[in-house]
Amino acid sequence: MTDITAAGIPPAETQKKSLLTLDDRTRRRNAAEMRFRMMGKIGVLIGILALVGLLTSILSNGLSSFQQTFITLDIHLDPARLDKSGNRNPEEIAKVTTFGYAPLIEKALSEAMTAKGILGNGVTVKAAAELISKEAPADLRNYVIADPQSIGQTVSFKLLAAGRIDGYYKGRVTMESAKLDRNISPEQLLLADKLKSAGLLTTKFNWSFFTAPDASDTRPEAAGLGVAIIGSLYMMLIVLVLSLPIGVAASIYLEEFAPQNKFTDLIEVNIANLAAVPSVVFGILGLAIFINFAGMPQSAPVVGGLVLTLMTLPTIIIATRAAFKSVPPSIRDAALGVGASKMQAIFHHVLPLAMPGVLTGTIIGLARALGETAPLLLIGMVAFVREYPAGPPDGFFDPASALPVQVYNWTQRGDPAFIERASGAIIVLLIFLITMNMVAIILRSRFERRW
Amino acid sequence: MNSISTMITTTTSTTKAATMSESKISARNVQVFYGEKHALRDVNIEIRPRSVTAFIGPSGCGKSTFLRCLNRMNDTIASCRVEGSIGIDGENIYDPKVDPVQLRAKVGMVFQKPNPFPKSIYENVAYGPRIHGLARKKSDLDDIVASALQKAGLWNEVKDRLQESGTGLSGGQQQRLCIARAVAVSPEIILMDEPCSALDPIATAKVEELIHELRSNYTIVIVTHSMQQAARVSQRTAMFHLGLLVEENDTDKMFTNPDDQRTQDYIMGRFG
Ligand SMILES: Nc1ncnc2c1ncn2[C@@H]1O[C@H](COP(=O)(O)OP(=O)(O)OP(=O)(O)O)[C@@H](O)[C@H]1O
Ligand SMILES: [Mg+2]
Repeated sequence: MTDITAAGIPPAETQKKSLLTLDDRTRRRNAAEMRFRMMGKIGVLIGILALVGLLTSILSNGLSSFQQTFITLDIHLDPARLDKSGNRNPEEIAKVTTFGYAPLIEKALSEAMTAKGILGNGVTVKAAAELISKEAPADLRNYVIADPQSIGQTVSFKLLAAGRIDGYYKGRVTMESAKLDRNISPEQLLLADKLKSAGLLTTKFNWSFFTAPDASDTRPEAAGLGVAIIGSLYMMLIVLVLSLPIGVAASIYLEEFAPQNKFTDLIEVNIANLAAVPSVVFGILGLAIFINFAGMPQSAPVVGGLVLTLMTLPTIIIATRAAFKSVPPSIRDAALGVGASKMQAIFHHVLPLAMPGVLTGTIIGLARALGETAPLLLIGMVAFVREYPAGPPDGFFDPASALPVQVYNWTQRGDPAFIERASGAIIVLLIFLITMNMVAIILRSRFERRW
Repeated sequence: MNSISTMITTTTSTTKAATMSESKISARNVQVFYGEKHALRDVNIEIRPRSVTAFIGPSGCGKSTFLRCLNRMNDTIASCRVEGSIGIDGENIYDPKVDPVQLRAKVGMVFQKPNPFPKSIYENVAYGPRIHGLARKKSDLDDIVASALQKAGLWNEVKDRLQESGTGLSGGQQQRLCIARAVAVSPEIILMDEPCSALDPIATAKVEELIHELRSNYTIVIVTHSMQQAARVSQRTAMFHLGLLVEENDTDKMFTNPDDQRTQDYIMGRFG
């Protein structure tokens, strides 16, 4: 060995080279490294710019949906209109439709204007009442039905302002656009300004955006994410409860117990293929199997959850198997060596070590499922749902919406106010995703700290 | 997984092993295959109780393979197939009725690279006794852990930090922790596969001393690449070469006047 070295390569002293000057090879190598670093930096920069652009556009469009314009009025709940028989019988009260409530609001508004000395300036009382959302009488009615004893009293209400008025204060509606708009006139906007300076019209945090159900095309101001959030939560619950145990059990079996043969190879290839199948395909599968064949209800979170479970399983299985593979075999040997059974070795030692990877995989799968739209469209989750689903587990079978579908739905509507709502919904979706990732990180560090 | 085909080669093997009351382990006509590869050919050996037997031989000759046959760790390798019979106390461990998990409680193992569980020192030692139900009460378990650590000569170094991670110890301490872990389940036989190859000379000396002490209670089989180590710790030495057991002899004789030419060459450093 030593002979060859001595013969082939001249001894170091004969190559007279200073360490202070770079030779050509070194210079070329350094240049290549510089180029590679620059490319990496550019890549990272593009990524950051894209992210910043995305966030600013969503935030600038959507943040305003968390604020809403309200008109506060003291409304006299007139017994003569709401309860003619005077016996506070809930059935009789329920017979009064929202049309019975609208005049109360009109009256309260004109009284408030008189009290504050605001002149209509050619705006009729009826037109002035258009500043208030068409949803307001319905809200009022729900209040009265929930509390019949309030009839006869004068109650202060925070009523939603109409969508155009809300838009006026968010810069979406201007005097110019109002001239061309059938739904609002410049005079009405001037009146709104007066109400504002009188303190009747205020802008407040919009809780109902998170709690209210969707609303019709003409009432963007009333549209909320309540049903969509519940639907998404139900589906995530189903996905988590089904895919985590099934996925982990399947991975453990495939990774640790299954014999290595053609059949398991085939299964492995197919799992990888399934992970790459477009999500629409899972939607068609869900439609065919769960709805058409098994007769489950359309638009129900249970079907959505099952479809998303099928979609998430391959992701979880692949991530879990990778996590199991990365646990050093010496740990298994150690456990087997002291007489642990295979299952004990796996559940006492390998699984805890693989847990961070398993959790990350699961959360990534869940996050993907949370943002998934296409398969849900196919199973009818895009329906217009005003009714809240019941509590679990019955509610799993009630119609519901889902966050990404709600975003899609709102972007299809005519009124630009819905674009704001859609961006707001995206922000909510992003907050959900970030929260899930935080949970993943916390769980991971919790598991790692144990050793 | 269980592609091990067990064959009881001769009906007399068990009775024969029983009559040879001298030996703790007796292997008869052991053949091992990894798929097509014939890794061990016709190994016959008697291993005496309460003594240290060293396996030596050039790399790849099958020392580890044979060692892993003795507690059926080879079962975990899908392609591995063992033929022949290995008796421990006269019972063939490759009998279909034998559960390898039960066997491994009786035949402990220490691996080449220290592999403590990424848990506390206490948990490392307590794990075995716990899964075998050796302790009823917490205090019993504490006693087992303490005595195992004492036997492994580690007690004084770790008694104040039993709750610290086992992976935070030095290499030599980790290896002694692994020995304590093996000792804690009260095995009768301890197999060691190059237990000192990752250790420095001082840690090695400690482990060797430990082996010396353990000999009075356990049957120890150790694989080593160091002739000096084999000479220092063992009473009997077995020399493997190309899947064959070439010679098995008293250690003193082996290193002074071996019967086989190949042993002579290997000890003199002519190959391997
Ligand atoms: N898991 C395995 N699969 C296939 N062949 C194996 C496997 N393990 C060992 N072998 C082969 O079996 C033969 C014996 O290997 P073994 O590990 O027993 O050698 P060894 O004597 O312990 O060597 P070393 O001193 O280097 O540890 C070698 O030729 C090796 O290539
Ligand atoms: Mg070896």
